[in-house]
Amino acid sequence: MKRFISEARAVNVVKRFTCDELVEHLTAYLDDALDTPARDAVRDHLSCCEGCGRYFDQYRATIRVLGDLPTRPLPTETRSRLLSTFRTRRADHLTDG
Amino acid sequence: MGSFVGEVLPPDDVVVRALRAGDETMFAALLDTWSHGMLRVARSYVSTDHSAEEVVQDTWLAVIDGIDGFEGRSSVKTWVYRILVNTAKKRGLRESRILPWSAFEQDGQTLGGHGPPPGGRAEFTAAWPTPEGEALAAEARGLIAEALGRLPPRQRVVITLRDVEGCTSEEVCDILEISAANQRVLLHRARATVRGWLASYYDSVKQPD
Ligand SMILES: [Zn+2]
Repeated sequence: MKRFISEARAVNVVKRFTCDELVEHLTAYLDDALDTPARDAVRDHLSCCEGCGRYFDQYRATIRVLGDLPTRPLPTETRSRLLSTFRTRRADHLTDG
Repeated sequence: MGSFVGEVLPPDDVVVRALRAGDETMFAALLDTWSHGMLRVARSYVSTDHSAEEVVQDTWLAVIDGIDGFEGRSSVKTWVYRILVNTAKKRGLRESRILPWSAFEQDGQTLGGHGPPPGGRAEFTAAWPTPEGEALAAEARGLIAEALGRLPPRQRVVITLRDVEGCTSEEVCDILEISAANQRVLLHRARATVRGWLASYYDSVKQPD
């Protein structure tokens, strides 16, 4: 009896990533910039590789930390200076036509 | 437009009309929504906080004078950020803190040839503490804010725009005039490095078992 590898399986074999390759695709994966086979391959790898799964969690935790960094506002004097400049210059613009 | 976290600005046409009509409340809203992010982006190019403030101020002055000529070919935010980046680049060059932009063309051009991911395989097994609502997380954030200055300039600008300020990849490509692929490589490199810093940090504060 001849054995056949199913087509889906064959595609998987071709598109399977090593752990190092997988890590390089995470930003594209998160941006939804991968084609369907590559996206599926990333998903499959993440679901069955504990190390990469954890790396992915840390990668997303990193993005969350970056989105929550302490901010520094514009100094109050600069802000009021800009507002008064806006007032006078826009008034000039409007009267100039 | 409008991907900044917590941003509640009206559509661009409303903003532009208001600015042209001299609506100070609208100008104040833009100032308060974008300036802190602009300071951070400017700081990627110049050597001091004070310089960054001047760059942001000059940018707003250019916006005040230029709004009549705004043609709407990009979003208002992209337009403002482009002015910012150009102003900051010029200033940075004058301060000689950074080399000409082209000197950094190599930072992040290719994906290959960098060996194993930063941090190494052993770290993958270490779980991080839950990041939310802890003194640890606050300390980590302060640390990362400081450390961003150690990234290569192009990586720093991209990660600041994308992850710190919440711009979309399209916006970042428009603002910096780089390709989507290049943007992604720079972003990925920067994130991988920051992840490595966080891993070392969490490792250093880990309770012994
Ligand atoms: Zn793996």
